[in-house]
Amino acid sequence: MARFLLLRTVQALLVLLVMSFVIYGLIGLMPGDPIDLMMASNPGMTPEAAARLRAIYGLDQPLLLRYARWLWDALRGDLGFSRVHARPVLQVLLPALWQTCKLMLGGFTIAVLLSMLLGVLAALRPGDWIDGAISTVALAGVSVPVFWLALVLILVFAVNLHALPASGVGDGTWADTFWHMVLPVTTLALSIIGQFVRYVRAAMVDALRMDHVRTARAKGAGEGRIVLIHALRPALIPVVTVMALSFGGLFGGALITETMFAQPGMGKMIYDAILGNDYNLALSGLLFATLVTLLSNLAADLAYGWLDPRISVG
Amino acid sequence: MGRMLQGAPVSLLEVERISVHFSQGGGLFAKGRVLRAVEDVSFDIQPGETLALVGESGSGKTTLGHVVAGLRAPTQGTVRYAGQAIQVVFQDPFGALDPRMPVSAIIAEPLRIARRPAAEQRRRAGELAAQVGLPPDALNRYPHEFSGGQRQRIAIARALAPAPELVVADEPLSALDVSIGSQVLNLLRDLQRAHGLAYLFISHDLAVVNHLADRVAVLYLGRLVELAPRADLFARPSHPYTRALLDAAPRIGRRRGRGSALRGEMPSPMAPPPGCVFHPRCPKVQAICRVQPPLLGPAPNRRKVLSACHFAE
Repeated sequence: MARFLLLRTVQALLVLLVMSFVIYGLIGLMPGDPIDLMMASNPGMTPEAAARLRAIYGLDQPLLLRYARWLWDALRGDLGFSRVHARPVLQVLLPALWQTCKLMLGGFTIAVLLSMLLGVLAALRPGDWIDGAISTVALAGVSVPVFWLALVLILVFAVNLHALPASGVGDGTWADTFWHMVLPVTTLALSIIGQFVRYVRAAMVDALRMDHVRTARAKGAGEGRIVLIHALRPALIPVVTVMALSFGGLFGGALITETMFAQPGMGKMIYDAILGNDYNLALSGLLFATLVTLLSNLAADLAYGWLDPRISVG
Repeated sequence: MGRMLQGAPVSLLEVERISVHFSQGGGLFAKGRVLRAVEDVSFDIQPGETLALVGESGSGKTTLGHVVAGLRAPTQGTVRYAGQAIQVVFQDPFGALDPRMPVSAIIAEPLRIARRPAAEQRRRAGELAAQVGLPPDALNRYPHEFSGGQRQRIAIARALAPAPELVVADEPLSALDVSIGSQVLNLLRDLQRAHGLAYLFISHDLAVVNHLADRVAVLYLGRLVELAPRADLFARPSHPYTRALLDAAPRIGRRRGRGSALRGEMPSPMAPPPGCVFHPRCPKVQAICRVQPPLLGPAPNRRKVLSACHFAE
């Protein structure tokens, strides 16, 4: 177990290193640099001034050298300076991270719990009307685009009913923060729940057909015990995989939800950083999203060992 | 176990005119067809008796076993049981045990469901594991750490946990090597003697049946075609299908491919032939067989042998 964790940590660090190089290279290959953007917004800037700025930012150096210098600084804990925000990267990153955590904790947790409930309910009697209703709604959930969903929610609850704020983060009090989170959390949850329900249902239908479930019936186990003790654990293995992957993806990729509701989270921050040629911020943000993906997959691997003793971790 | 009523033994189990039909397909525009897996089957089992249920794949043996065990409701007919509990030992010892439970929990689960005290659960699990010949340290291990034969022993131990009077054994040896299978077979016999168990022993292996059974029921296309004491059935089968089965069984010192080997396949249970369902493959077929289904009844001058054939031996 300890060996496994150590191995995975080393693996994760290697992946992060490779990813940092790839991302740095990709950003470096993008047409234009921050100085071009400055010149475009400031027509009075002379070519000499631009060259001087390039030298100050180190942009006249070759890409590999710039990467090595960035890596050296990053390893010592200095992620650099965000050009767009004119602040150290961490000072921009941490609030965005907190914002995304709130969104994810709410939306993801709701989606996981609700999809388990609905998926299991649909799987109990495949083909009956409950299954039909849940499966149809889940399919609709998979098919509906997030931006449309967000717009409809805003239109109904903010514009027509005046029940909830349409966007923003509020004045900072707990109550106001909560009200401002309701619509984005709902949107995020609805955007992933359809997919989750379909996975839970399919896995559960298979699990309920397993031989040892029939044995449990022969032992006289009630439906609740069969579902919770004998069928849910095997069914969770594919479900955990999908959920872990989706968690990592959403962490840096809930861009549409964050944009629609003007939530200053990770997705929005990374997007703005890339558009603004803010190398340091974009790089740190993307690396952080990578790290979360790695961590959630590690959590999934650890969960497998608990879900099935035949899968030995280590 | 068996209650005595006016000096006559009362059956432990009475299965009366059981039918199991499955709806197949069907939808908005197509009418579904009906698969008749079991059709009008009756038999009884006495306390301590072994009734073997034999037939080809798809003959409805397992479905009938599940009905007896209460795992499936029959479409028609009744199952009457005079004991307290019926248990099942399933065919596949690799799938039938929950891989997420240690052996002690697997064996004790029926007691746990019956809300017996934890101490009793532990004690019974230990006793049963010892009775079926599992090593003492088996209780804390998981099923995947055991071989097929040992898993089947675990499955038997957990079947015995609620102290059943009847055990439905659904091809319990067919997933095992022959040598391991014979050990498990001997275990089943020892347990029968020790506990006075009755078995409904489902099998397609006639050698095993000859070894264990008191009476044999032969199933063809979901119908009972012969029900006879073991010695009678093996010495002189009454139904032509039983004879064909016995002839088809490989035996040392006899050449194969002679005699009345069965021709063709078993017909689809969705479209059984009219008259006697065996007539398309029967060597003794006559005109009446194509029209009139024979009823199960005593063979001529053989009171104990029941046979569903117009020309029963």
